[in-house]
Amino acid sequence: MSEEMTLEQKNKEETIDQVDVIAEGSGFLSKMDKNKKSQITNGVKGFVLGVFRWIIIIGIAYVIIGPVLGMISRSFFSDADNYNPMVYMIPESPTLERFKVAASTLNYKSTVINSLIYSLSLMVIQVLMCSMAGYGFARYNFPLKKLFFACVVLMIVVPTHTIMLPLYMTFSNFDVFGIISLINGKPLNLLSSAVPMYIMTFFSCGLRSGLYIYIFTQFFRGLPKEIEEAAFVDGCGVWYTYFRIMLRNATPAAITVAIFSLVWQYNDTFYARLFNISDSLVISKRIVGLQLTIGNVYKIYDPNILELYMDAGIILMMIPLVVIYILLQKQFVEGVERSGIVG
Amino acid sequence: MENKKFMTLTRRRSIKGFFFIVPWLIGFLWFYLRSLMLTVQFSVSELTVSPGGGYTLDFVGLDNFIYAFRAHGTFKQILTTSIGDMVVDVPLITFFSLLIAMLLNREFKGRTLVRAIFFLPVILNSDAIVGAMGIARGLMVGGLSNTSSEILDAAATTGVSVDYYIQMFTSLGIPTIFIQYVMGAVGRISDIINASGVQIIVFLAALQSIPGSMYEVAKIEGATAYETFWKVTFPMVMPHIITVVVYTVVDSFIDSEVVDLAYATAFDQNNYGLSSVFSLVSTLVTCLILGLTVYFIQKRTFYYN
Repeated sequence: MSEEMTLEQKNKEETIDQVDVIAEGSGFLSKMDKNKKSQITNGVKGFVLGVFRWIIIIGIAYVIIGPVLGMISRSFFSDADNYNPMVYMIPESPTLERFKVAASTLNYKSTVINSLIYSLSLMVIQVLMCSMAGYGFARYNFPLKKLFFACVVLMIVVPTHTIMLPLYMTFSNFDVFGIISLINGKPLNLLSSAVPMYIMTFFSCGLRSGLYIYIFTQFFRGLPKEIEEAAFVDGCGVWYTYFRIMLRNATPAAITVAIFSLVWQYNDTFYARLFNISDSLVISKRIVGLQLTIGNVYKIYDPNILELYMDAGIILMMIPLVVIYILLQKQFVEGVERSGIVG
Repeated sequence: MENKKFMTLTRRRSIKGFFFIVPWLIGFLWFYLRSLMLTVQFSVSELTVSPGGGYTLDFVGLDNFIYAFRAHGTFKQILTTSIGDMVVDVPLITFFSLLIAMLLNREFKGRTLVRAIFFLPVILNSDAIVGAMGIARGLMVGGLSNTSSEILDAAATTGVSVDYYIQMFTSLGIPTIFIQYVMGAVGRISDIINASGVQIIVFLAALQSIPGSMYEVAKIEGATAYETFWKVTFPMVMPHIITVVVYTVVDSFIDSEVVDLAYATAFDQNNYGLSSVFSLVSTLVTCLILGLTVYFIQKRTFYYN
């Protein structure tokens, strides 16, 4: 019985196939025509869209790059060039005077090295501590986890300026459960040094740490659980698993966080102002007062000329960032895409 | 050792996991929660710094609040302008960054270079840099300025008659407010571009996470590009719009004048109580706006997972 059934079915299928073939054959010519037409219209459409896209891209790229180019060219202007209306972009008598003065006023070499060390060390702490918290949130279950994660979101949402006063107070009379005043007689004043920043970053409450914890949590959630299970079966401890296996796998997220943290720390003036961190440590703080300092020291009273010095100073400040960005650009963009920065 | 016998594996794991977040938890309680409480406490008291380095608090009730709203010269005005700016900017930045992310998501030649350029504002966001760039931009790009009247002035020199287009749109019956909004947006295009670096990144990541099979289905069903955008792309990035809106609102408030006012009140005039009121009120307003927007967006959001 069953054999007969299958035979019948086979026959049926074959006839259906034949019908299909015939149907295709009859409509073959008209289909060719249609394909050609739609190909041409598609080609034109694609071309127009492509042109349109490039117009937008080039326009926006110009808006972004334009000021940077303008700043670079203006930093080479001599006084005469600045007032010559015929000079646009290319200076007639280029001068390195602006860079020399700006560099000496900024005390460039030592300031840049100091602030790079400062931001890089904070970056390492940020990546370590925030990835730890993120890993904890993503992989372990403990009581009140949801509430704690809501607190992370709260850290992102609450603007830092809300808590700036208490922070200032906390660090001007720094004390841990009265231990320090017991030893020292009075609480420590940690302001005008970089210590508060390090303490806060170490407890992952530094500059935008909430965002970084969020990024790491989302990323670790996306990693397969099997990696850890294999490690566990092979006898890895929790910390070994985290440092040697999970952190390695989180490279894209780590690079994203690292670049964000480095750049924002390097550019930050809020905490630098709040904790009154010495401006030989934080170049961004020094650059704010650059125009005034140069005006006072070199007796230059023309604001237009002072702007040229400012341009040169900012270019000097940006150079390390741009170099790092160019070096890590590819990893950054790819890392951002894979790091699950989104929810 | 005896104790360990009674602990199950999950229990042990949860304790170990808790250790991972302990540093953060200490930091949060110590720096954030305590500070928030202190801010509230400061705002209802008068703070006097004693010479020894400590401070004393005198409870004054709602005096600071009443002073801020009834007597202070500029607070209300600054607060409303900050909020107004934010309400105008947030939708602009959101849609602009979505558009750019969609542009950058396609494969084309030179994509890496274009991406590198588009993320440049993220790298160059610093008070000092932004300020100096503003000056350079004014000299380079010329016509880009803040108000629509300034655009008109600038456009007159280039020979493009903006007046004519405005007339045209007005005669079409488009409300003047809308035209001014668009004009303002065009005028501040560089500000918007500079403020939307991170948002573009978020949307790019979101677009990358949309499964390709969805687009395939849409194509097979014969959907046009327009329909595909509204029926596939938009609903899929909808959850991330919340992220972007939250980020944009917070970011724009950090740069706003209210922060400067609070800072100046605290450290120049040593009026800590009033400064806390300013911070607290602006934070509450921000949170309120955030809550409302998130609520309204969430109502229309479709969650894929």
